[in-house]
Amino acid sequence: MSVDQATVRRIAHLARIAVRDEEVPHLQQELNAMLSFVEELSAVDVTGVEPMTSVIPMSLPLRKDEVTGHAGADVVTRNAPGADDHFFTVPKVVE
Amino acid sequence: MNATAKPSKLIKGATGDWEIVVGMEIHAQITSKSKLFSGASTTFGGEQNSHVSLVDAAMPGMLPVINEECVRQAIRTGLGLKAKINHRSVFDRKNYFYPDLPQGYQISQFKDPIVGEGEVIVDVSATEQIIVGVERLHLEQDAGKSLHDQSPTESFVDLNRSGVALMEIVSRPDIRSAEEARAYVTKLRTILRYLGTCDGNMEEGSLRADVNVSVRRPGGPLGTRCEIKNVNSIRFIGQAVEVEARRQIAILEDGGKINQETRLFDPARGETRAMRSKEEAHDYRYFPDPDLLPLEFDQAYVDALACELPELPDDKRSRFIADYGLPPYDAGVLVMERESADYFEAVANGRDAKMAANWVINELFGRLNKESKTVMTSPVSAQQLGAIVDLISAGTISGKLAKDLFEIVWSEGGDPNSIVEQRGMKQVTDAGAIETAVDEIIAANPDKVEQAKAKPTMLGWFVGQVMKQTGGKANPQAVNDMLKQKLGI
Amino acid sequence: MSDITRLTLAEARDALAAKKISSLDLTKAHIEAIEKARGLNAYIVETPDKALDMAKAADARIASGNAGPLDGLPLGIKDLYATEGVHMQACSHILDGFKPPYESTVTSQLWRDGAVMLGKLNMDEFAMGSSNETSYYGPVASPWLPAGWDADKGRAALKGDKKGLLVPGGSSGGSSSAVAAHLCLAATATDTGGSIRQPAAFTGTVGIKPTYGRCSRWGVAAFASSLDQAGPIARTVRDTAIMLRSMAGYDAKDSTSVNTPVPDYEKSVGASIKGKKIGIPKEYRIDGMPAEIEALWQKGIEWLRAAGAEIVDISLPHTKTALPAYYIVAPAEASSNLARYDGVRYGLRVPGKDISSMYENTRAEGFGREVRRRIMIGTYVLSAGYYDAYYVRAQKIRTLIKRDFELAYQDGIDAILTPATPSAAFGIGEKGSGDPVEMYLNDVFTVTVNMAGLPGLAVPGGLSASGLPLGLQLIGRPFEEETLFSVAEVIEQAAGRISLPQAWW
Repeated sequence: MSVDQATVRRIAHLARIAVRDEEVPHLQQELNAMLSFVEELSAVDVTGVEPMTSVIPMSLPLRKDEVTGHAGADVVTRNAPGADDHFFTVPKVVE
Repeated sequence: MNATAKPSKLIKGATGDWEIVVGMEIHAQITSKSKLFSGASTTFGGEQNSHVSLVDAAMPGMLPVINEECVRQAIRTGLGLKAKINHRSVFDRKNYFYPDLPQGYQISQFKDPIVGEGEVIVDVSATEQIIVGVERLHLEQDAGKSLHDQSPTESFVDLNRSGVALMEIVSRPDIRSAEEARAYVTKLRTILRYLGTCDGNMEEGSLRADVNVSVRRPGGPLGTRCEIKNVNSIRFIGQAVEVEARRQIAILEDGGKINQETRLFDPARGETRAMRSKEEAHDYRYFPDPDLLPLEFDQAYVDALACELPELPDDKRSRFIADYGLPPYDAGVLVMERESADYFEAVANGRDAKMAANWVINELFGRLNKESKTVMTSPVSAQQLGAIVDLISAGTISGKLAKDLFEIVWSEGGDPNSIVEQRGMKQVTDAGAIETAVDEIIAANPDKVEQAKAKPTMLGWFVGQVMKQTGGKANPQAVNDMLKQKLGI
Repeated sequence: MSDITRLTLAEARDALAAKKISSLDLTKAHIEAIEKARGLNAYIVETPDKALDMAKAADARIASGNAGPLDGLPLGIKDLYATEGVHMQACSHILDGFKPPYESTVTSQLWRDGAVMLGKLNMDEFAMGSSNETSYYGPVASPWLPAGWDADKGRAALKGDKKGLLVPGGSSGGSSSAVAAHLCLAATATDTGGSIRQPAAFTGTVGIKPTYGRCSRWGVAAFASSLDQAGPIARTVRDTAIMLRSMAGYDAKDSTSVNTPVPDYEKSVGASIKGKKIGIPKEYRIDGMPAEIEALWQKGIEWLRAAGAEIVDISLPHTKTALPAYYIVAPAEASSNLARYDGVRYGLRVPGKDISSMYENTRAEGFGREVRRRIMIGTYVLSAGYYDAYYVRAQKIRTLIKRDFELAYQDGIDAILTPATPSAAFGIGEKGSGDPVEMYLNDVFTVTVNMAGLPGLAVPGGLSASGLPLGLQLIGRPFEEETLFSVAEVIEQAAGRISLPQAWW
């Protein structure tokens, strides 16, 4: 399988990474190099094989329903590039 | 899902009848102290970003650890919906970007949910019951909240809700009208509240519905559906179904085509509109969350939870019909809230159950509704109402005086027996006293006496006069009998 | 003592306990060494004040007889670890200015045991790379000089673009370079596909990636959650054993952490390996492998046989599929793990005309080329229509890879010996500029271990023809790191401790 330029743009948008027009051909080439590298996997017989969900044989640990505290609004928003009155602020979203 | 609605539910269009098809995804906030994957509080209404842990804010290197209570509550809900409980389920990441989704993905269950197929029995009216299939129930994280009205150029994000546990309950498209949609959510809410797995508080967003609406010719192939997001009251759910169906019918009858899209219901305008933020096609790239292992438990765990389940509304209703001889509709009304049913049972205990039901439904509920109170905040306790019923049964007070007594207890409180005693409200059953009053009325109204002989329905007028004369305390049956005898009718 | 930075961790510990040196002196010596070695670019943040405070506190504890197992020992910390109030950026532009309000579980255990933090170490951005060239802070140079280079030529290159100097491996290149250059006694590192073992092999140091679930991942920025493991790089097998004991342990904050006791790994250093069955997998004899790597492997086999181990030829038939499967699983998980870097709650924000372009601009500028490439390939393999063909298939292959190892262990194999890397260290700027896959091939021997969640250790086995270190890898049974330490120490003894470079920088 290989990707065309439209796919490169679609994937970049899905991943929310801006790409300039002049970057697209190069990206396409790199992605296709990676895809052709993994291509050999299609020859492996995986009939009846379960996909791995956890590499260690254990089940999900459950925690008790306890409030163990909050970071605090100051701490939570301290590193934010946009904040106002303990809210995070972002460019306006239109629903 | 291909069942066709009764003719009465069809919508008449210019080109013929249309049938509404509705399926719903209900997001119910699980009642728990802390969040699904973090130890932050779930308390509603804190200062912005005050109920946020480092995990909820998706700081680098933070990891989820699941809350056992949320797992229990999901299983209990599944049991309450008579659904299949899956002993192994998997948490997946649903990937998309949104400012109130800190991780850039929502942890949800996609392929292997914790609960499979179940059903909800829904009373649509006094005479109609439908069964709505439940496709699945899964656990997922809630997102934070974006406020768009704080600034002209920015949206404000509060993560207090981020990570709160939700159950998404997905129905089959078995609903055929706005009325059925309302009844389904009402019933589901009742079940959740009985179980104590969700408080059902729609104002606080503890219960929200995504409503999928399509229309088709009766019995025909399914039409293209639109999803109306986040409808937050039962009344609005009904309105949204109605207006969305009519919108779609108008388009189709004009020869147009329905676009599958996500819409918002605007209660102020009474219309739905397309959501701009959802315009682009999504590709959520679900895959199992590698920070979490599959969730596994055995049947013994499920059995233990099943043993402790409370009596659920359907069972309670059947019992009320069988044990108290109540009409099905009355029984249905009484079991809508667990607290109402408990109240009724306290009143009915050792008394005439039908009379108790009557008083609870007509007098008490009527009054509570009028003053926006609930049985939990009722000024009249079950014990007080029971005493009133006892006074009626014993013939101590008349039905009419009982209503006055109820009013007094409602507004002033106190023991109904003492009130009757102190205020002389006891019914007069003494034949002599009644006869005196009857004689006086007959003597004062010779013309009416003549009329009554020709027209026996006049009796009612005489009863009224006697009751007035006795201040409402005379036993109406005794008055009736004596008047008949004296008037010779 | 002439230069106390040349002590091993164990030697320094013993000297501290014997009051022959103080932690303050030891720490000061390291701070000085770091200042002189800035050209290597191993440290991106130095925390001398913090280090001196910690050293003084350690000396007080030692004096009062309450010393912890690592008391007073100065360490470097990979920038992937959260260190409270101290820079943590995973060597990415996108985390600009981020100072975490929390400490990772692993580092907090090091401080609990008395260790001293010298600073944050350079690495490939978000641990994606095999040469430490993808760091936002620029490449790290290995303290090993290329054949034929003298100190002057090396220093000149350090002042310039470092081209031609050797890479220290990656992604834990700051860790391996700092340990090899005596800029710390040991360092924390992480390993997703070989990021501890390959840098250790390239620099003549020892590194262990423990069993998945052995060290907590809490507070370590995630690259690929199902593969990431923390571990140490140090100068001797014993030193890595001492480090791992403090780093390992159950953590209820990590759902994939395993609740099993942490042994005193140091005790296994020096234990006999007589009768141990060592598997030699034929699939690791790959086409085009340099003869000196093959020869090193043979030497390793001989050393172990001489120590009484039984050498068994084994087959791990799915070995060849591990690297391509890894390049589906790891980018897929990374594409999702790195979605949180969106310019909203921390780090860089590049404005845009709306929310979507703010995201796109931030992530385009904030992530380097390799990270963007991996996010994109990961996004692609998870996207509708490709998920089953790529991701699900790769996870099935992972099951097969793990099964290969399980079968070998069922047959009584105690550990597996392989080369650590297919070559010695290469030059900065030499690989991967055209075809990204060229760089990925570095991990061909190490990545199987991550895919199967097993412990793997790299230990120096000797020098290449051009005088550069070459490493051997030992792969163990789950949670049997002790066997690896015992076997590795035999190799270390037999090969003779590598003589690390004198400071030319």
